[in-house]
Amino acid sequence: MILHPGILALFLSSLLISLMTIYAASCGFMILRRWDIDSGSELQLALERRTCLISSIASYLLALQLLSLFLFIQTADSISHLFVGAMCAVGTLTVNSFGYPTLLLKVLNFILAGLWLILNHADNRGYDYPLIRAKYLLLLIMAPFILTETVVQCIYFTGLKPDIITSCCGTLFSQGSRGIASEILAIPTAPMKILFYSCMAATLAAGARLFLKGKGSYIFAIMSGVTFVISIASIISFISLYFYEMPSHHCPFCILQKEYGYVGYPLYALMSLGTITGLGVGLLQPFRKKETLGMIIPAIQRKLAAVSLFSFFIYTLIASWPILFSSFNLKG
Amino acid sequence: MPNLIERQRHIIDFTLSSLLRRKGKNCALLLVYTLIVFILASVLFFTHALKREAALLLNEAPEIIVQRTLAGRYQTIPIAWSDRILKINGVISVRPRLWGYHFDSAFKANYTLTVPAGNPPQQGSIDIGSGISMMRGANRGDIIAFTGHDGIPRSFKIRNILEHESQLLANDLILLSEEDYRDFTGIPADQATDLALRVRNSREYGIIAEKITRIYPDTRPIVRTEILRTYDALFGWRSGLLIVIFSAAILAFVIFAWEKATGLSAEERREIGILKAVGWETSDILLMKFWEGTVISLTAFLVGIILAYLHVFFTSSALFAPVLKGWSTLYPAFPLTPFLDLGQVATLFFLTVVPYTITTIVPSWRAATIDPDAVMR
Repeated sequence: MILHPGILALFLSSLLISLMTIYAASCGFMILRRWDIDSGSELQLALERRTCLISSIASYLLALQLLSLFLFIQTADSISHLFVGAMCAVGTLTVNSFGYPTLLLKVLNFILAGLWLILNHADNRGYDYPLIRAKYLLLLIMAPFILTETVVQCIYFTGLKPDIITSCCGTLFSQGSRGIASEILAIPTAPMKILFYSCMAATLAAGARLFLKGKGSYIFAIMSGVTFVISIASIISFISLYFYEMPSHHCPFCILQKEYGYVGYPLYALMSLGTITGLGVGLLQPFRKKETLGMIIPAIQRKLAAVSLFSFFIYTLIASWPILFSSFNLKG
Repeated sequence: MPNLIERQRHIIDFTLSSLLRRKGKNCALLLVYTLIVFILASVLFFTHALKREAALLLNEAPEIIVQRTLAGRYQTIPIAWSDRILKINGVISVRPRLWGYHFDSAFKANYTLTVPAGNPPQQGSIDIGSGISMMRGANRGDIIAFTGHDGIPRSFKIRNILEHESQLLANDLILLSEEDYRDFTGIPADQATDLALRVRNSREYGIIAEKITRIYPDTRPIVRTEILRTYDALFGWRSGLLIVIFSAAILAFVIFAWEKATGLSAEERREIGILKAVGWETSDILLMKFWEGTVISLTAFLVGIILAYLHVFFTSSALFAPVLKGWSTLYPAFPLTPFLDLGQVATLFFLTVVPYTITTIVPSWRAATIDPDAVMR
């Protein structure tokens, strides 16, 4: 366990997020069981009021989750030199086997919180709480993931032991204690480039079709999900190389650093925005049949598709910029 | 879109004027909030600046230092050992170093004695740091006396006053010749304080260190990166510890904020009631409360950070320095290089703004769900 300020901040935020989640989930459980829109009972009134609280909790949750994701990477990066062989966050996350699971859970929870807010937005547009059950079911699905994240993160941080000089000996302790993979295995560049650009083109085409004709929302949602995965793989495989101008440094975290103009932040923000809105389109699709939302959902879907298209497009532009215009070249 | 921005703008406008109407209550909150941010930011900035200073200093340190231990205690090392160590592949040079500390009981000060690698003073003369020069009132050409290991004072002529760019390094420094050093400290002629190794390839550090311990099992090779790591962990640990201590203060602040947010005055309740009666929705009131929190948090956060920045980088952290620096307090005030990093600001945000915001969610919601008829009756 390292008593690093960043780690303490993450502990605190996880704890608060978990408490909020437990509270929200217990309310959600109550709503799922006792909700009756036709009743005028006191309980129903109280529940209706409570939905307002839950949605504001969830929006704070989303913001916190996003910030804590970046703080997590930042902290992992800043403590990397405490471990022999670790050069950046990649090394710190491999110090024990809970680093990457924590990161994955953070990403997953961020996406789930985003989807929840989309559902909530659609629900608020209908006057009779049409999506109330779906909304709170999703919240109950989210809760275990958020709690798991807190636990896994706790195990990860408490398991970190820095390699420092002890009073009895110097190098003996640190040498050969473990081999940290300071680089990530990456897929070869050329095929990945083709895959990335064709996938992006397909997603943009599906999005344009949805935006113009209102068709193919599931395809677009699936494509957004696939694009998310492929985008991350591409950052590791070739996009980052152009920003680092180094043919062998495959790191998804270093582009968040000052040396590279913090370019990682807009990249990841656009990528997750595009993905969440894209997935949201698919999430809303089954509720089109609800009476009160018949007209509303297609309009929301169009808006989401527009945001998603815009984000993916700008993302591709930023990612392609150094590929097209920098003097760095990967071809021998 | 313009409509949306207009709406937010009007709500912010309303929030600001309603905040200003209750100056006393909000000022107290703002003051405590700012103080909390200020304290935590000072701790973070200061330790970070110290870490950087240490890293800068260590950049020029030798790659590997070999010390000798005897029964776990530190010992001087025979100079003859350097020949065998030099034969290890990858070691470019081995330099026996002579350095130590001297306590001056007359002035209650600790000096660092060193025999420099290049351009040592002649026998009988020394170079001293500006701090010693100032304290003893000695200048170039003066004769200065120190008591040696055997209690007999020795006098030296001051050749130079050291004006090093890093005050931390040179302030308490005395440079003297090897002969003088041995005579002054009583260290035998064939012994040195430690051995400094130059190694070009950083990947060989570990292997070379291992070979040295195999040849001389009672040595303790210290690699430069290890020193850096240790410093870093130490400073990180110190600031973490202070934050844990201050967490009680944060908790008190959170309770204070909760109290402020829950204890709505009759006037405020009426205001919300009227707003709802004229057509504001619960979500609008929540939005208003959100902006209220944002205004207060942002003001406190920014003012706190600016104050902490001034405190740390312009007054050299007058309030916390003794706790955080932790080593010899003889070191003089030294200006730190101003540095602000995104991670620190984010950490600070999580430690202050996030707890505040979360504690105010439920009270805000309570306030927003007040029934208009209940308060206006």
